[in-house]
Amino acid sequence: MTLAPTDEAGLIATVTAAYEAATPLEVLGNGSKRGLLRPVQAAQNLSTARLAGVTFYSPQELVLSAQAGTPLGDIEAMVAERGQQITSEPPDFSALLGAQGTQTLGGVVGANLSGPRRVAWGATRDHVLGVRAVNGRGELLRSGGRVLKNVTGLDICKLLTGSHGTLAVMSEITIKVLPTPERRGTLALSGLAPGRGVAALSAALGSPYAVSGAAYLPAEAAAVIGFSGSVTLARIEDFAQSVAYRTDKLRADLAEFGRAEILDDAASIAAWAAVRDARPLHSGEGGIWRVSVRPSAGPTVAAALEKAFCAKWFLDWGGGLVWVAGPATEAAHAAVMAAAKDSGGTWMLLRGPDSLRASVAVIPPEPAALGRITASVKAAFDPKGILNPGRMYAGV
Amino acid sequence: MIAQPEPKQNVLARRAAIVAGLRALLPESGVIAEELRLKPYETDGLAAYRQVPLAVALPETTEQVAAVLAFLHQEGVRVVPRGAGTSLSGGALPMADAVVVGMMRMNRILDINYDDRFALVQAGVTNIGITQAVSDAGFFYAPDPSSQLACMIGGNVGMNSGGAHCLRYGVTANNLLGVKLVTIRGEVIDIGGEHLDAAGYDWLGLITGSEGQLGIVTEVTVRILRGPEGARAMLAAFRSNEVAGQCVDSIIGSGIIPVALEFMDRPAIHACEAFAHAGYPLDAEAMLIIEVEGSVAEQDWLLDRIKEICARFDPISLKVSQSPEESLAIWKGRKGAFGAVGRISPDYLCMDGTIPTSRLPDVLRRIADMSAACGLQVANIFHAGDGNLHPLIMFDANDPASFAKAEKLGADILKLCVEVGGCLTGEHGVGVEKRDLMPVQFSGIELDQQRRIKSAFDPEWLLNPNKVFPLIPLVPLQHAA
Repeated sequence: MTLAPTDEAGLIATVTAAYEAATPLEVLGNGSKRGLLRPVQAAQNLSTARLAGVTFYSPQELVLSAQAGTPLGDIEAMVAERGQQITSEPPDFSALLGAQGTQTLGGVVGANLSGPRRVAWGATRDHVLGVRAVNGRGELLRSGGRVLKNVTGLDICKLLTGSHGTLAVMSEITIKVLPTPERRGTLALSGLAPGRGVAALSAALGSPYAVSGAAYLPAEAAAVIGFSGSVTLARIEDFAQSVAYRTDKLRADLAEFGRAEILDDAASIAAWAAVRDARPLHSGEGGIWRVSVRPSAGPTVAAALEKAFCAKWFLDWGGGLVWVAGPATEAAHAAVMAAAKDSGGTWMLLRGPDSLRASVAVIPPEPAALGRITASVKAAFDPKGILNPGRMYAGV
Repeated sequence: MIAQPEPKQNVLARRAAIVAGLRALLPESGVIAEELRLKPYETDGLAAYRQVPLAVALPETTEQVAAVLAFLHQEGVRVVPRGAGTSLSGGALPMADAVVVGMMRMNRILDINYDDRFALVQAGVTNIGITQAVSDAGFFYAPDPSSQLACMIGGNVGMNSGGAHCLRYGVTANNLLGVKLVTIRGEVIDIGGEHLDAAGYDWLGLITGSEGQLGIVTEVTVRILRGPEGARAMLAAFRSNEVAGQCVDSIIGSGIIPVALEFMDRPAIHACEAFAHAGYPLDAEAMLIIEVEGSVAEQDWLLDRIKEICARFDPISLKVSQSPEESLAIWKGRKGAFGAVGRISPDYLCMDGTIPTSRLPDVLRRIADMSAACGLQVANIFHAGDGNLHPLIMFDANDPASFAKAEKLGADILKLCVEVGGCLTGEHGVGVEKRDLMPVQFSGIELDQQRRIKSAFDPEWLLNPNKVFPLIPLVPLQHAA
């Protein structure tokens, strides 16, 4: 059974009733990300899908507020009309996860999902200015606001972003938006080995040209976006003459890695949308992982997993985000965890059967001292444990 | 004056034993207990408030911090973390029964990695120290609070400090990868690391800006960025605050995001020009400092477009910096603004509210009215692009009536910020200064939620308990699972 309140008061009433009856709720928007992390065992679903609509938009202030269930695409279309965009370039994993529903703002913020631009312009969490949310006792909480700078009190916005609905149910979210750059251009270096590719990306990101996307695709992944052999991509987004100038300068700076082809605006848009949504991994059936490490360790992780289970993979975020596909088995998951740990990084099981998701650590377990704090913070928001129980950690 | 909690008599009575306990944990010079030597720690950047602490501990390693906190926790002694003591909100104000844990001896840079673009530094490294350590390679650490010569990264994390270039590069929270946190029990927890976006709860985001309420940060992994090819500033002077405010909206609305967009009103222009001799226009009512980055050709192109926009607002003058020296002078005036106001007034309070930028002209008009009504001068300096106001209220601390008026005016200005849709503090933190105004912005339920998060980290409320939250007892949850 799905409860779908139509306004904030209804949301408060719904959660209050669940609190009083101690009824666990699976919190979702349209359910496009139900396949992430651990499966939730709950008597009822609580959907924010009917809390929809942009409630405030001030382009000259770079601020937009929308109810949590607003489809992300609606917001993107609305700000695009005013020449603006959602800066963190949120990905859409619907195809990857085989989900039917359209993703909502609440889902993107709840999962803190960010795309290629994260490497230069911050994550989704960096652009959340304010939230209204209902905690597990049915109490309305506001944090942040509608201004760009705010350090008043503890930053509950950041704590809720990426908390996957386990602490509170967001009803409305305010985000910062930024102007859409006039033009995009992408340098594409062909045929580099992974280590050299990441070295080129490191040089690009360490250049003064404000590179806003940096990915490495081995041959099989590169074929999906029309390249033969591996391709190393570095994106520049800016006013047209700056893109022309900077791509030229960067091509010269990267000459030791070969002569870069330059993808124009349309080709850039297509290539980066594919990277953003992990399209190179769409064809397989098995497990999907995201491993986050320091960028130079990306090729090491990829090589280890290739060896362990013939992983298919590609790298975003300058090498620091390793996308991995492989068999959805505990053995493969153990190899992912080991590779991430060896490089001092973290992992997330993004797709897998419920049985696997329920039995493994889908994200790194917390050290004991932090685990105690986590349990205590969870109890401070949701004392009866009714909101998405077990979604991130077993027993939390 | 904002009230301070009653000192714990049982702690004051055990002072000698507590000092002896600290001496057993730290090198000889790492414990300060003599009256005269405690004096420098009695205040911070909010100098109107003073309180000599019970003692000062100056640890040199994370292990020492952990040992000190474990000991103080066991003894039930309150703790006030301190970096360089530059807080403008009283974030490092001691308490009579508290031990100040000063982080200034942990001032080493532990690692710099250009390939992966991070630096690992101890909490007592100064903000500018990070940039200086990486500037030879063309890199920098982006947040640049005005106090950056002195303030320490640990304090920046505590306050989520901003600066003049946040519009482009974000505040402290947006430029961190990880911290090493010591809990009040003396446990050491690594949060984040050398990578982006650790899976799990965003403890890094919560700890940043938590004002020493949750633990003590001993090490910080910051992102370092390659600097642009160049940067150049221009000055635009206008006949009223209103048109300057409209000009800010038009620039942002045009799709150009300058790396900095600073606003000064007439009193601020005069104070800063007398100090910096930067060529600020003394006949203007309002002035913008606008900075862009890129190659010289890119700078020219952007500044030309910005000049075109400014020209629509009947400017008194538009002046583009012709040299790096001129740009430096322009910034010297802005960054020295607080000192400059200090030269024309015996004392000042620096407010820090944020407002929606569309409300700028209205809010400045009302601040002017309030200033006239109470007879205290106010100079306004702020980050216009993000609506972060810094009204500087000038008063005389030797006159208690003048100080009381200044505090009242400050509170009224911050209430106004909240009323128009903004917040109490954009980058300086709540500290002691704005503690009792928190109910203006937050409901009782919201404050209790925040306080319960603090309780999860610090159940006995030993960490900085005189700051951030009004001194009302927190009722424990009845229905805890």
